Amino acid sequence: MAQGLEAFLREAQEKNLPFSELMLAKEAEETGLQPEEIKEKLAQRLEVMRQARRDGLTRSLTSRSGLVNGAAFTYARAQKRVLGGPFSEVVATALAVAEENACMGKIVAAPTAGSCGILPAVLLPMAEVHGFTDEDLVKGLLTAGGIGLAIENLATLSGAEGGCQAECGSASAMAAGALVELMGGDLGQIASAVAFALKNVLGLVCDPVEGLVEVPCIKRNVLGAVNALAAAEMALAGLETIISVDEVIKTMGQVGRAMPESLRETSQGGLAATYRKLKQNRTANS
Amino acid sequence: MFGGGTLGIIDIIGPTMIGPSSSHTAGAARLGRFARLILGQKPQRVDIVLRGSFAHTGTGHGTDLALIAGCLGLLPDDPGIVKADQLAEENGLVYSITAQDEYRYHPNEADLLIEGKDEKIKIVGTSVGGGRIRIRELAAYKIDLSGDYPTLLASYRDRPGVVAKVTALLAEEKINIAQMNVARERRGGGALLVAEMDSTVSEELARRLAADLDWVRIIPALED
Repeated sequence: MAQGLEAFLREAQEKNLPFSELMLAKEAEETGLQPEEIKEKLAQRLEVMRQARRDGLTRSLTSRSGLVNGAAFTYARAQKRVLGGPFSEVVATALAVAEENACMGKIVAAPTAGSCGILPAVLLPMAEVHGFTDEDLVKGLLTAGGIGLAIENLATLSGAEGGCQAECGSASAMAAGALVELMGGDLGQIASAVAFALKNVLGLVCDPVEGLVEVPCIKRNVLGAVNALAAAEMALAGLETIISVDEVIKTMGQVGRAMPESLRETSQGGLAATYRKLKQNRTANS
Repeated sequence: MFGGGTLGIIDIIGPTMIGPSSSHTAGAARLGRFARLILGQKPQRVDIVLRGSFAHTGTGHGTDLALIAGCLGLLPDDPGIVKADQLAEENGLVYSITAQDEYRYHPNEADLLIEGKDEKIKIVGTSVGGGRIRIRELAAYKIDLSGDYPTLLASYRDRPGVVAKVTALLAEEKINIAQMNVARERRGGGALLVAEMDSTVSEELARRLAADLDWVRIIPALED
């Protein structure tokens, strides 16, 4: 029987361990690796995330298709800001890392390449705001990974199976839960943050234009990051999910299965179909 | 893995890869790399047919570059993937890439006809998600190989006792076989043995295996 998040959280409660510590112990037991080796691997991945952010913000990227054209670069240099500060850092990081991915830069698929901007966009700027150390961030990745595992066990992390809610939605839930732990939240608050983040994006379709991880995927990484911040903050404030987190995760899986195939990464529906139609009309009229 | 599933934390927060797609880019690089390992020598030419989704969205995903990079021995996180065409030229690898709508095993599929100094092998490979791959055809044989384990490939003329001999030799080094399959063209014709093992074979044992068989390859587990 595949275990969900609630079983992990109960076990952490019983053993009086932070969620990240339990995940580290389980991963070590399962892989035969020493905990230090696992942390080292994750620290390397953290560094790749950091480098992708730096690269994405400092060079104006164009993808092979030409659909991506320096959004992060342009955004980072804009003057007019709605909120500015850390909020803009989050948006900029999500754009930068997702654009690096689209333009064949080096990234960490977390959980997928298409949603790779979300964890860095939440963890890296929040580390600057709250003073999280690299060791803290590795704990954040352990917690995020455990949440992702639970989602994979109860539903899916694949856009082809569950739409964008399964990729960017899951990444958002992983980031929200990780942030709650780093902010000193308890296990119940991790559960609520994950539930909030997922509930907010239920039904989000996967409709990549031209079949590429570019439009609308890059901006959906921004959605996932911003959603994670709000979900974490609501949970830390003590708001509780009415529907238990495992039930929310299972619902996400059910909604995914109920989606027509045209909206699950096949590029037959949604914005992908609209774009194709517009392009055909343009060709016909020219 | 834990929690009743097949993945661990390291799989969820990973792999580290060159974008944009784990199936169309990282998986393609692993496929090319596996083809090179099966060839067992420096490739001089590779003719690639992209099929299905690889044919439709491969260019935008850099599937072509990733396959060539893999044939050059690059890993999925090697930034060299982006300039694989240039690296191919520098390393004397001639290539051709064509596209076809139809596929046989999976929507992300490629045929690779890879050729070295004195050997030429045709492989049909698929990229099944998250960078995981399957080799489905090797020369005339239908197989199903993930590359996730150290792998033994051996071809010989079909006759009784070969499988027993191979497994006995592996047992001498206490090598556990995770999966094994035998395919043949026809009775008494060419045959291929494919074994995925929990640990790899020593050079000495590889030599002893090769003594009785026409062709042997020992391939290490593919890195992510």
